[in-house]
Amino acid sequence: MSSTDISINRDVHHAHEEHDHHHDQNFFEKYVFSLDHKVIAKQFLFMGIFWAFVGGFLSVLFRLQLGWPEATFSFLEPILGGWVENGKLNPEFYLALVTMHGTIMVFFVLTAGLSGTFSNFLIPLQVGARDMASGFMNMLSFWIFFISSVIMFFSLFLETGPAAGGWTVYPPLSALPEAIQGSGDGMTMWLISMALFIVSQLLGGVNYISTVINLRTKGMSMTKLPLTIWAFLLTAILGLLAFPVLFSAALLLIFDRSFGTSFFLSDIYIAGQALTNTGGSAILFQHLFWFLGHPEVYIVIMPAMGLVSEVIATNSRKPIFGYRAMIGSLFGISVLSFVVWAHHMFVTGMNPFLGSVFMFLTLIIAVPSAVKVFNWLATLWRGNIRFTAAMMFAIGFVSLFISGGLTGIILGNSALDIQLHDTYFVVAHFHLVMGAAAFFGMFCGVYHWFPKMFGRMMDEKLGFVHFWFTFISVYLVFMPMHYIGIAGFPRRYYNWTGFEAFNIFTDMNTFISIAAILGFTAQFIFLFNFIYSIFRGRRATENPWHSNTLEWTTPVLPGHGNWPGEIPTVYRWPYDYSKPGSAEDYIPQTVPFSQTQSSNLPNEKDFE
Amino acid sequence: MITIAIGLSILLLLVILFLLFRIGTLTSIFRGSSERAAGTTKISNRVNGTLLLLFLVVGGAAFAWSFADAWDDMNQPLGSLHGEWTDNLFWTTMVIIGIVFVITQVLLFFYSYKYQHKDDKRAYYYPHNNKLEIIWTMIPAVVMAVLVFGGWKTWTKITSAAPEDAVVIEVMGKQFNWMVRYPGADGKLGVAKHTLIDATNEMGVDFSDPQAQDDFMPREIHVPKGKPVLLKIRSRDVIHSVFMPHFRLKMDAVPGMPTKFWFVPTKTTNEMANETGNPDFKYELACTEICGRGHFAMRFIVVVDEPEEYEAWLAEQTPFVEQNPQVLAKFQTESSEVLVADAHSGEKAEEVKTEL
Repeated sequence: MSSTDISINRDVHHAHEEHDHHHDQNFFEKYVFSLDHKVIAKQFLFMGIFWAFVGGFLSVLFRLQLGWPEATFSFLEPILGGWVENGKLNPEFYLALVTMHGTIMVFFVLTAGLSGTFSNFLIPLQVGARDMASGFMNMLSFWIFFISSVIMFFSLFLETGPAAGGWTVYPPLSALPEAIQGSGDGMTMWLISMALFIVSQLLGGVNYISTVINLRTKGMSMTKLPLTIWAFLLTAILGLLAFPVLFSAALLLIFDRSFGTSFFLSDIYIAGQALTNTGGSAILFQHLFWFLGHPEVYIVIMPAMGLVSEVIATNSRKPIFGYRAMIGSLFGISVLSFVVWAHHMFVTGMNPFLGSVFMFLTLIIAVPSAVKVFNWLATLWRGNIRFTAAMMFAIGFVSLFISGGLTGIILGNSALDIQLHDTYFVVAHFHLVMGAAAFFGMFCGVYHWFPKMFGRMMDEKLGFVHFWFTFISVYLVFMPMHYIGIAGFPRRYYNWTGFEAFNIFTDMNTFISIAAILGFTAQFIFLFNFIYSIFRGRRATENPWHSNTLEWTTPVLPGHGNWPGEIPTVYRWPYDYSKPGSAEDYIPQTVPFSQTQSSNLPNEKDFE
Repeated sequence: MITIAIGLSILLLLVILFLLFRIGTLTSIFRGSSERAAGTTKISNRVNGTLLLLFLVVGGAAFAWSFADAWDDMNQPLGSLHGEWTDNLFWTTMVIIGIVFVITQVLLFFYSYKYQHKDDKRAYYYPHNNKLEIIWTMIPAVVMAVLVFGGWKTWTKITSAAPEDAVVIEVMGKQFNWMVRYPGADGKLGVAKHTLIDATNEMGVDFSDPQAQDDFMPREIHVPKGKPVLLKIRSRDVIHSVFMPHFRLKMDAVPGMPTKFWFVPTKTTNEMANETGNPDFKYELACTEICGRGHFAMRFIVVVDEPEEYEAWLAEQTPFVEQNPQVLAKFQTESSEVLVADAHSGEKAEEVKTEL
């Protein structure tokens, strides 16, 4: 009860604020240190886009090396300076590139950029709240993320290079500067940056959860929430439970690096010295890392699933098929994601019995994932599909999720993982299922909610061009990677020409590199469309997609507090599309059953 | 000059693209299609729907062709007993997921094409069907159960304890090469400690241990065909990973935590050379755990011999202490001072740590 009271008080307070203080905000309060969830969401989005281009650029650099291993890259000297020696990329810099590409994409783009943008933007708008539970914590969340970003970005320019031990930063490699240059200052900055990043995620996550639980508008029961909100809620819970474990791993690694402890180090002889560390376990770090790391991939993909579910339902003009099963499968995935982490560690020397257990648990997770795919397909079936740019990306998401998800059944099988572990098969698998798919979910979200963010439409035609180039190049890049992975081609190889087993794939690697460069170039179409449309795009209407959810009942550009008057009351679930008997093919959540007597189902007659 | 020319032509291209974009926007306003609800324009829907179908057909064909084309390259020649089990399991699983892949992708693109927007049509209100949902939850569950069972059986066999008579070989990873030690005639490896490592004794073997006297460290791994081989794996600096693609074998080398993997080679190097038609065929050992600058270059050769050839090769090998008598001499004279030496090197390491 108390929670209801609080939300009522807040409403009253804000209504006053609208009149009294709204115009007093100066530039800094409004756009920089803003407490408004919509502005914070845009800040996360801009940062996410910036990081995506940085991360993409790094991948182009190492694809150049992989595609043309014998070539000289003197033309890169103006950008990379000393990292190009006599036209050859420095091998340690190559490792730094793959490390930073992974870190940036997983954490800074697909966690902060995706959840940060859409959880912030959509949670208050779709549950019917004036703002987040704590606007101040929300602002802190972004600015701590910003500081973390600055530190990570700065580390790219260190003389010894950024962290270079892989994005998983397994010690002892990441603990010993003698082992690789990047484990010096670069790794220190990586750890500081990640520690701050985790703080930012926790501040954000607490906010998302408390907003969804406490600040829903009148009538918005949990079973009337759009699937986006369910996905964001469960994602935030995963983050809240998993990120502290990464924090502990990072902290122990900091101790090992700087204070002479031996949590992860044991019996090491390096650089002509036997170290005194004994009794530590390098495997312990991997357990801690993947205890976060596996939920993390669901933290990345679940918001995308939510966005895609919403966009597919809206544009198929059909209710999402099996709404409760969709929530149930999100629950299933969330719970299971915590008990599968060691499938990343089948060949680390872990007890084989544990391997059996984790194989069993891992393959179970395919069931809720399969249910989601079937439900999306059933939603498309006999729909009246509108191909908006967002819808194209949603369809692309489902396709990529299937392609990448299925190979997870192979990698989750410990016997098969022996050959495939740390090969390009793994690279292909996770790039499709959580890299490209999550990116497609993000694009889908940006195209769909752009009108509500900026009051203008993005250009649909450019969106289609962007979609087709991206979709095709993603498949051209990652499908061939399966082949070289099956042959056992290892990850993170600067050059493979020394191995007879692997040097047969020169042409294939060149092909992949060309496709990757094409795909990266296509993103500039998006960038142009995005920036141009903010200023010059066609003006949007309140509800351009004829959607049911609450955010489309706000003004074209919702101001502080989101709704000018009272917060609307919700009467129905968000998926009443093409309901037989109704005049329009959509009935917004705010329409009471008494106004739709012609279309009410028998069990809804009671609510009239 | 060339740079300027390239720059100018790119600029020109961008200007042309921008003009095309503007013209497109203006014509859509002129035609009134911008007045319609997004995604309901006939032409654009038909184009996208057709492209989706085309992507399915052309993309599917290209995938099938490239898969068939790369078939020979992706199947590494197979040289171990358990490799047959995992290869069979792999391709069985591939067939199962391949069927699911084809069905779901076809439905996805076909539905998208077939049910594209039409003005006079209305979508079918179909919020759920419990029976259908139970069925398509159960089917994957059952399939997964079967796959788990197959995987579990194979995995248990592969990771079971090595037979008593297995040939024991120690493989040690270091930055950036592999080192190998055979137990010699007594069949037992001598004790090794990281504190004993120096420029000559790179594996840190304690040569005061009698079992270490006949240990030898060859430049190549030799294993007999048809006999179980147990690899005892360790690392002396960072994590490495022993990967022999032809034997379908992989196990991390972890400092401070010895690991193991046993396998049975089924084809000699010569047999494999005949089979693949490559006279220079070599079994290779690669590193698959990122370990630093030289990660990509940790190549080591594995030779599979006929058992009698293997015995002959064994007989040729001389123990490490015979090749390096000064090492043994050091251990004999300094055996009383080992403790002191240990403490000394420990001190040095501590100094390094405090400097960090």
